[in-house]
Amino acid sequence: MTASQRDIILAVDGLKTWFHSRDGIAKSVDGVSFELARGETLAIVGESGSGKSVTSLSIMGLLPKPAGRIEAGSIRFRDRRGVEHDLATASPATLRRLRGAEIAMIFQEPMTSLNPLYTVGDQIAEAVLQHEGGSHAAALRRAREMLERVEIPAADRRVNEYPHQMSGGMRQRVMIALALACNPSVLIADEPTTALDVTVQAQILDLLRRLQAESGMSILFVTHNLGVVAEIAHRVAVMYTGRVVEDADVHELFDRPTHPYTRGLLSCIPTAALLASRQRLQPIPGNVPSVLALPSGCTFAPRCALADTDCTRAVPELAAVRNTHLARCIKVTPQ
Amino acid sequence: MAIAIQSGASAERWQMLRLLVARKTVLISLIVLVLLVLAALLAPWISPFDPYKLSIMNRLQAPGAAHWFGTDDFGRDVLSRVIHGGRMSLLVGFLVVLLSSALGIALGLVAGFFRGADKVVSRVIDALMAFPDILLAIALVAALGPSLLNVVIALSIVYAPRLARIVRASTLVIRELPFVEAARALGVSTLRIVTVHVLRNLVSPLLVQGTFIFAYAILAEAGLSFLGVGISPDIPTWGTMISAGQQYMGSADWIMVFPGIAIVLSVLSLQLVGDGLRDVLDPRLRKEL
Repeated sequence: MTASQRDIILAVDGLKTWFHSRDGIAKSVDGVSFELARGETLAIVGESGSGKSVTSLSIMGLLPKPAGRIEAGSIRFRDRRGVEHDLATASPATLRRLRGAEIAMIFQEPMTSLNPLYTVGDQIAEAVLQHEGGSHAAALRRAREMLERVEIPAADRRVNEYPHQMSGGMRQRVMIALALACNPSVLIADEPTTALDVTVQAQILDLLRRLQAESGMSILFVTHNLGVVAEIAHRVAVMYTGRVVEDADVHELFDRPTHPYTRGLLSCIPTAALLASRQRLQPIPGNVPSVLALPSGCTFAPRCALADTDCTRAVPELAAVRNTHLARCIKVTPQ
Repeated sequence: MAIAIQSGASAERWQMLRLLVARKTVLISLIVLVLLVLAALLAPWISPFDPYKLSIMNRLQAPGAAHWFGTDDFGRDVLSRVIHGGRMSLLVGFLVVLLSSALGIALGLVAGFFRGADKVVSRVIDALMAFPDILLAIALVAALGPSLLNVVIALSIVYAPRLARIVRASTLVIRELPFVEAARALGVSTLRIVTVHVLRNLVSPLLVQGTFIFAYAILAEAGLSFLGVGISPDIPTWGTMISAGQQYMGSADWIMVFPGIAIVLSVLSLQLVGDGLRDVLDPRLRKEL
């Protein structure tokens, strides 16, 4: 698909989200751009501190204030009626109207993301009432339907239960029901399966895929787990120190990783072939630099086998490797 | 806990109540409190004499068959006055709990949730708490004038900062919990997050503090009345009775001993129930019971 054919619902362009602290400015997100098409799942992959969570919080308008601020860039979102909003500059009232109704989010911690003192039915009903109004009874009926949609057995009974009466996987299903209660067109999932064990993780990914097929929503899937990416994503954006370093179709990325960082990440995954050849895993040398003191030029250069003095001169551009496959490295792309 | 998990919240509440009364001290305290409250509510029907009726012939009689708690210097029945005095003392305690909670919750939520407001509100709270309780109460009653309502207002202003601090501290913790962020991500308004999600999680610390403030307020009202700056001495409260009885401390100590016992019983029971509630509501302490 070329860019003109894709039906873009969310376009992040040159987003810079910085945190002002006593120790200086932390450039957590420093020029992130990507596009999310309707019905597509885009995975944002990166290590801790790469800026993937801050990116999703910027889109939701949930940055911790006043420390975190969007300094530059735009987040263009097209709502259900086709009206375009720039979420980077939208008013708090507009953001609140869109949150939950048009863009919803699920979090990493299903154990604590629900209020322990209300039944799950009441919590889903709250979201429905907030955006659509109507009677409490109707909202509760919707809550029960939503629990059925996320495949919670005995929804009639479960709707009146409290979060502590449910398991982690069950609670994440409730969180998904909560997020999807108002039928949003974009779902941001911030490491939704990280706190769950592997079998439950697979069930939740299955569920998300099925719900996406039913409703045609787009998913922005934030994770550090490449295995999960391979399961669910259509496209992948790899982030490093607040920038996208590689952006490609999921098959393209796994088949032909281009940026040295992406290649490093993939060679960190143990495979059966590697085990058979009795070779060691190849870790990426060094550590992720602090966002308070980033190296000049390419921030990956100090850890990169290909790097030379050219790499430290300027931040490389995100350039095309092939068609829609982009990478930010002067050694592998024509600059 | 297994039973509670199967049948939901109401069962859990019963479980809590059972745990609460499982402790003998708490059970006895609850019974004492219920009796005191019943006596206060039913005062006109159960008190053996009119608490205001003067009888010079019977003045300063020691406790006996006719007057169980004796009579005071005007010949009034001390038992009847203790029963009627309880109405006023408990009413003051109850109203102070209501008013100081309203003030404290409002201030504490604002301070805990809004960083800018916190700077102002917390300094005001610190300033109010720097004064000794009774001194501040005396100053406020002196400024407002002595009456039941003004005593309640003054004591509420004295105790509201305590509650405000607790509410603020808990709010600071709760506002950072993931479910608050999750509620925000669903587009729930700040007002609703504060009044529904945060406040509901404050109920247990508030319940516990409420019982303590009830006890403090009864004591403070007695203190104010004793010092002569509280409710008019004509109206029997436990404090005014002790105050009036002090001049007969040597010869007719029953005039002040019985209202004194009433204060001790009510304050002690309230404190013990408060302790019990705190233990039952805190799951970490519950295990040790």
